[in-house]
Amino acid sequence: MLYLLRRFVLLIVTVIFVSFITFGVFQILPGDPVLTMLGTEADPAQIENLRSELGLDLPLYVQYFDWITGLFTGDLGNSIRFSMPVMDLMLDRLPVTLSLAAITLFIVCAVSLPLGMFAARRQNKLSDLTLSTATQIGMAIPSFWLGMMLIIYVAMNVDFFRISGYIPWSTSVTGAFSTLLLPAITIAIPQIAINFRYVRTAILEQIRLDYVRTIRSKGIVERIVMYKHVLKNALIPILTVFGLISAEVMAGTIIVEQVFSIPGVGQLLVTAINNRDFPLVQGIVMYITIAVVSINFIIDILYSIIDPRIRIR
Amino acid sequence: MTSKLLKNFNLLIGLFIVGGLLLIMIISFFYTPHDVTAMNIAQKLLAPNGTNWFGTDEFGRDIFSRIMKGTQTAFLVGVITVFIGVVFGVLIGGIAGYFGGWTDEILSRFLDALMAFPGIILALMLVAIFGPGIVNTSIALGVIAIPGIARIVRSGFVQQREAEYVLAAKLIGANAPRIMFRHIFPNISSQIIVAATITFATAMLAEAALSYLGLGVQPPDPSWGRMLKDSQSYLTSAPWYVYAPGIAITIMVLGLYMLSNAVRDLLDPRSKQ
Repeated sequence: MLYLLRRFVLLIVTVIFVSFITFGVFQILPGDPVLTMLGTEADPAQIENLRSELGLDLPLYVQYFDWITGLFTGDLGNSIRFSMPVMDLMLDRLPVTLSLAAITLFIVCAVSLPLGMFAARRQNKLSDLTLSTATQIGMAIPSFWLGMMLIIYVAMNVDFFRISGYIPWSTSVTGAFSTLLLPAITIAIPQIAINFRYVRTAILEQIRLDYVRTIRSKGIVERIVMYKHVLKNALIPILTVFGLISAEVMAGTIIVEQVFSIPGVGQLLVTAINNRDFPLVQGIVMYITIAVVSINFIIDILYSIIDPRIRIR
Repeated sequence: MTSKLLKNFNLLIGLFIVGGLLLIMIISFFYTPHDVTAMNIAQKLLAPNGTNWFGTDEFGRDIFSRIMKGTQTAFLVGVITVFIGVVFGVLIGGIAGYFGGWTDEILSRFLDALMAFPGIILALMLVAIFGPGIVNTSIALGVIAIPGIARIVRSGFVQQREAEYVLAAKLIGANAPRIMFRHIFPNISSQIIVAATITFATAMLAEAALSYLGLGVQPPDPSWGRMLKDSQSYLTSAPWYVYAPGIAITIMVLGLYMLSNAVRDLLDPRSKQ
C-alpha cells in the first residue's frame, strides 16, 4: 500500500512538472499571439478586447491556474484555427486514435511474445540469428516509409485495404478494419522489433535458472514450462518495455496518421502546429502525456500484483 | 563464439556503413553528379536511368545527387543533437548525482517530466514554438536527448561519489567542479559515449519523421525525410522516388545502431555475457 501511495505521489509530481513545461514553454514564445491573430495593423481597442477575452492580460500565475483547472474540468479554451472548444475537437478524434493504438498494441503483443520465446529457445541457432538481424533492420526502418511501401505493395493490390482515409466503426466494422489495419501494422513493426529483443533476453535469463530444470525433470510438457512458468517470471521486464512501447505507439500514430490520412489526434496536432494554434497544441500534448504517464503508473500497479516482492521494497 | 562473431560483425558493418556515408558526405561538398538545386521541368519524375541513377523528382532534380547532399543535413542534425544532449545531460545529471539531496530530487523530477513526454511530441511542441529548420530541429531533438543521457550520468555519479579516489581528491582540497569533471567524469565517459552513439541514431530517425511531417528541415536544404514527404504525392506515378530516401535513412540508422552495439560491447564490460 505504501508502495502504491509513493508511486501515486510521484505520478502527481510528474504531471505537475509536465504541466509547468507545457505551459511555460509557450511563454517564451517570440511575438504576441493576439497580434498574430489580428495582424499588426489591428485597432488597439480590438487588440485590448481580444487580449482580455483570452485572459492574456491576467498575471501569469492566474493564467496557469486557469489552464490547469481547465485541464480537469475539460475546459481548455477555444482553438484559434477551428474556433471550437479544444476539448470537443479532441474528443471527436480520440476514438480513431485509440482504436489505432489498441490494434497496434494487440499486434505487437501477439507477434513479439511468441517470436521472442521461439528465438530464446533456439539461442544462437540460425533461426535465432536471422530473427535478431531482421529485428535490427526493423528498428532502423522509418515507420512512415514502411507505411508508404505497404500502400504501394499491399493497399494498391489487395482490394480489401483502403489507401487512405477512415471509415468509422459505427458505419462498418470491416470498413474500419480496412482503413486501420495497415497503419497499425506500420506502427507495430518497429515496436515488434524492439519488444522481441526484450522478450528474448528476459526469457533467456529465466531459462538458465534451476527451477526450470526442476520442472522439466518432473516431466512437464515444454509448452506448459514455457507459458506457465517461464513467461510468468519473465513478465516483469517485459511489462516495463510495454510501458515504453505504449508511449512509442502514441508517438507513432502521429506520424502514421499522416501517411494514411487518418483523422485522428495526431493529424489534429500536426494541423494545430502548422496553424500555430497554441491552445490546441498545449491541450493535445498535455493529454497525450498524461495518458502515457498513467499507463506507466498502471503498469507499476500490475508489477506489484504479479510480483508481491515489489510491494515490500 | 557466435556472439563474439556477431560483435565483430556489428563493428565491421557499422564502421563500413557510417564510414561510407561520411565519405559520401565529404565528396558531396565538392562534387555531385548533377546540380542539387537546378530545376528542369522537362526532366521531371524520370525513372532511374543511366544519367539519373535514382531517377528525378517533381522538379526534375537528380535524386541521387540530392541523396548525397542529404548526408550533410543528416550528420549536421546528428552532431548538434548529440552535442546539446551530452553537454546538458552531463551538467544536469552530474550536478544531480554528485550533490544528491534536494538538488537531486528537483532535477530528477524535472528529468522525469521531460521523459514523460513521448519524444516526438516534445520535439513537435518545441518546433511549433521556435519554428522549423535545421538548427531548430536539432535543438528540439537535443532537448529530447537530455533526460536519457542525464539519467545515465546521474547514476554514474551516484555510484562514484563515495569512491575512495573522490574522498582523496576532497582531502587535498579539490573543489566540486574539479572533482566532478577531472576525477569522476573520466570514469563514466565510456557510458556517455555509448549513450551518445544511440542518441545519434535516434536523432536521425526523429529528424526524418519531423521533416516528413513538414516541421523539420525546410527546402531548399536537402533532407531525406523531406524528400519522402514530397514523394508521397507520386506514389502511383513514380514509386521509385520513394525508395531511395527511405533506404538511405534505414541504412544510416542501421549502421549507427550496429556501431553503438559494438561500442557498448567494447566499452561496457557489464554487457558482455
